[in-house]
Amino acid sequence: MSATASTQLTTVETAKKLGLLPEEYDKIKEILGRTSNFTELSIFSVMWSEHCSYKNSITWLKTLPKKGSRLLVEAGEENAGLVDIGNGLACAFKIESHNHPSALEPYQGAATGVGGINRDIFTMGARPIAQLNSLRFGNPTTERNQWLLKGVVKGIGDYGNAFGIPTVAGEVFFDDCFNVNPLVNAMSVGIVKTGETISATSYGVGNPVYIVGSSTGKDGIHGATFASANLTEDSAKDLPAVQVGDPFQEKLLLEATLEVIKSGAVVGMQDMGAAGITCSTSEMSAKGEHGMVIWLDKVPTRQANMQPFEILLSESQERMLIVVKKGQEAVVEAIFDKWDLNCAVIGEVTDTKRLVYYMNGELVADVPAHDLVLGGGAPVYKREYKEPAYYAESKKFNIKSIPEPKNLREIALFLAAHPNLCSKRFVYEQYDSMVGTVNMTTNRPSDAAIVNIKGTDSALALTVDCNSRYVNADPEIGCAIAVSEAARNIVCSGGIPLAVTNCLNFGNPYNPEVYWQFVGAIKGMSAACLKFETPVTGGNVSFYNQSSYEGPVFPTPTIGMLGLLDDKATQTTLDFKQAGDLIFVIGQQEDDISSSEYLYSWHKVKNSPAPYFSLNYEHDAQDAVTSAIYKNLVQSAHDCSDGGLFMTLLESALPNNLGFEVMTTPGLRKDAFLFGEGQGRIVITVKPENLVPFFTMMLMKSVTTFRAGVVTAKPEMVVDGKSLGTLAEYKELYENTLGNIMKG
Amino acid sequence: MKFGVVIFPGSNCDQDMIYTLQQQSGSEVVSLWHKDTDLKGVDFVVLPGGFSYGDYLRSGAIARFSPIMTSVIEFANKGGYVLGVCNGFQILCEAGLVPGALLHNNNHKFICKNVFIKKQDDCLLTASVPAKALKIPIAHGEGRYFAPEEVLNEMKANGQIMFRYCDENGTISTEANPNGSQENIAGVCNKTKNVFGMMPHPERAADANLNNTDGIYLFQSLLNSVLA
Repeated sequence: MSATASTQLTTVETAKKLGLLPEEYDKIKEILGRTSNFTELSIFSVMWSEHCSYKNSITWLKTLPKKGSRLLVEAGEENAGLVDIGNGLACAFKIESHNHPSALEPYQGAATGVGGINRDIFTMGARPIAQLNSLRFGNPTTERNQWLLKGVVKGIGDYGNAFGIPTVAGEVFFDDCFNVNPLVNAMSVGIVKTGETISATSYGVGNPVYIVGSSTGKDGIHGATFASANLTEDSAKDLPAVQVGDPFQEKLLLEATLEVIKSGAVVGMQDMGAAGITCSTSEMSAKGEHGMVIWLDKVPTRQANMQPFEILLSESQERMLIVVKKGQEAVVEAIFDKWDLNCAVIGEVTDTKRLVYYMNGELVADVPAHDLVLGGGAPVYKREYKEPAYYAESKKFNIKSIPEPKNLREIALFLAAHPNLCSKRFVYEQYDSMVGTVNMTTNRPSDAAIVNIKGTDSALALTVDCNSRYVNADPEIGCAIAVSEAARNIVCSGGIPLAVTNCLNFGNPYNPEVYWQFVGAIKGMSAACLKFETPVTGGNVSFYNQSSYEGPVFPTPTIGMLGLLDDKATQTTLDFKQAGDLIFVIGQQEDDISSSEYLYSWHKVKNSPAPYFSLNYEHDAQDAVTSAIYKNLVQSAHDCSDGGLFMTLLESALPNNLGFEVMTTPGLRKDAFLFGEGQGRIVITVKPENLVPFFTMMLMKSVTTFRAGVVTAKPEMVVDGKSLGTLAEYKELYENTLGNIMKG
Repeated sequence: MKFGVVIFPGSNCDQDMIYTLQQQSGSEVVSLWHKDTDLKGVDFVVLPGGFSYGDYLRSGAIARFSPIMTSVIEFANKGGYVLGVCNGFQILCEAGLVPGALLHNNNHKFICKNVFIKKQDDCLLTASVPAKALKIPIAHGEGRYFAPEEVLNEMKANGQIMFRYCDENGTISTEANPNGSQENIAGVCNKTKNVFGMMPHPERAADANLNNTDGIYLFQSLLNSVLA
């Protein structure tokens, strides 16, 4: 078939089968000046897939704020964002989705997601030091969703644990809208000395091109195209489109890669992820404005008789493409030999700006690099968008339609045991969170993970956040909340927010109502990122997260945020420290229960607006809390988010078994006070002797400060003089609910 | 005093161990490569945690056949000090340098969390460790210690049980056993008390930045005993 694939000319029907539009097929013909053969058409189909080309999102992505004094590369310029963190160090970080593979094969889908995102970091020369993830599943009580969750968690664990980088934070959220299409977003964070990064580029005529790492197999062929279509009943037939991961190879590849970079023999390097050799050869060549000739028969393969297009498109994991300085071949080969990894010359750099692929001496494809890539010839579309009917409908919600509950305790017990609010211990204990001895949060819980940068006074603050329900209710506000919550978590932990990576999980972009959600989210993200001075350094778009059964998933623009503690001494934890400490709520309090778990799950009101949110007040509250932390006036800080103030207080009470007595705010509904999810609130405890300086500071900062109550030695939760129950009973529910569900 | 930390392909706690040994001992710590047979004249060999050779087949099963292990086994048989932590412990069991085996956790899941352990018999790693509950993290999928009854009886008679899992008050109970280990055993030594294996990671509890320094007791005990 090799001969046919390279000689047989294609038709528009072939193009459609490969996921290309008829007009795209015509454009390819125009670029080549002739009809493409099958191999060439395959190359275009993966490079112009949504996954690689961002053709339906790039117009809007370009509007995101990307400038910042600490940014060392522009968004999209390299495999991951790069931020100056002082001490001559830079932080490379990025988040990416692996939703579709995980829906079909949760274990390998999630595992290879972890592998892929880590390669994005170390291909730049940065050593990963922390991993995070953000997961969405359907109803946790169904057998299928339990299979998905267990498989995804085991996949992340087995890969990440063996790779040896701690998983320091994450989120898990359940909703029926994810019953068919779960979301699996993985983030990796690495450190590199400033100026010692490697670029994904290629130049220098005659320089050899190496493929290193695992052999190339038939797994993951057309994975990028697969990720760019709706999941259907037929998707299970696409199983070969799911890749298989080997964390042991990844660990060896990491060590060998960092060693080879140190040797100075490398011109450029890119990992092989989506679209395999095709993507790395074309992106590196386009960036370096050179060409390549590649001999596909030189690629070490896992099985015999692989077709040229299979070798080109294979998404086999744990591989890198390296352009080496001519004359340095022996240095490079010795390093990969030391680590027992494949290392084969498969081509060389040319000045033609074309990618010319041969198989056993036969020319199989000849395409211009620039026309394949994003920012080059890849198509760019402006999609239509339209406000969906549910949006106007949601605005009609009125809190008065919900009778004020008499029994607050039963709601409190319900929420503490809600899968979305309870402890995710069942999940995170399967991840090695401590390897590397940098996780400063293990024994000092805080809203964001604090990761020690050994040998310096600094630490990183890391978090992933997105409440999908808020974004569904109002994409613009919901996404601004996601950014704000991420910043709030970093601030509560004693850090300063620096920059953002995003993973934009949406439905089918050709659906104008889905695209409206996308556009709204981008606008909200822009506004919030500008306000918090956290530019977007890069990320990933995952469209087509909708099933043929249930329509689109909740739009989920996951925000991964990087923060910094210049001085580890400012690390601030969320747990109550001692009886007698005063409890304050910083930030605006409103009579609001919109989109809360309480309204959604207890009252079963599925359509309501996003919760109360003011970007300005939010920013002021965070600023005030930072000032108080820096003045050493804060005993604990914990943000108020999912589950409302009640969950915040419960989570602060549990670690040291200290109770609380609080009064609700006069004039506010008790359910809104306790369970409402109005944004921009932070619960602070303060030593009694610091009351005056603390209160004075909050006054000077002009932020709303409500003295809610006091921490008590008695492990009981008391609101307006009435007990909600003992910590012991809540602890049992909070800690064990998810594990018990998963046993079922 | 010179320490050597073996690096197998797939080791991932090697740098943590090197860092901790340097911080705690101030001594020279060198890394030993799995393909070599030269122990570089070290006084104390450490097999670190991780997933040597991917832990394919069975944890530690392949690593024991690596060239460096030939030298380590010879070194240990001559009375040289060897400590294996987590995957290192698994390798020591596979190599027959300490008795017993490490099976899949009884919940069949990887478990990473803080646990408490309490010192049992005296050896160089435990001699000056206080007899209270120490908070030391575990991170393993195959950590359920098992030894046949007659072997276990002999080990007890010889004083080879170093640590048992306990609760925060030091009570050794079934509830405090994180993985189903026989008799809550968390660490053992060989008969001649020069080879030590344990599943919990003392090197992950030896840095004030992490707000848990219980692991320092073990390193100090080790240093006190060796230098004495």
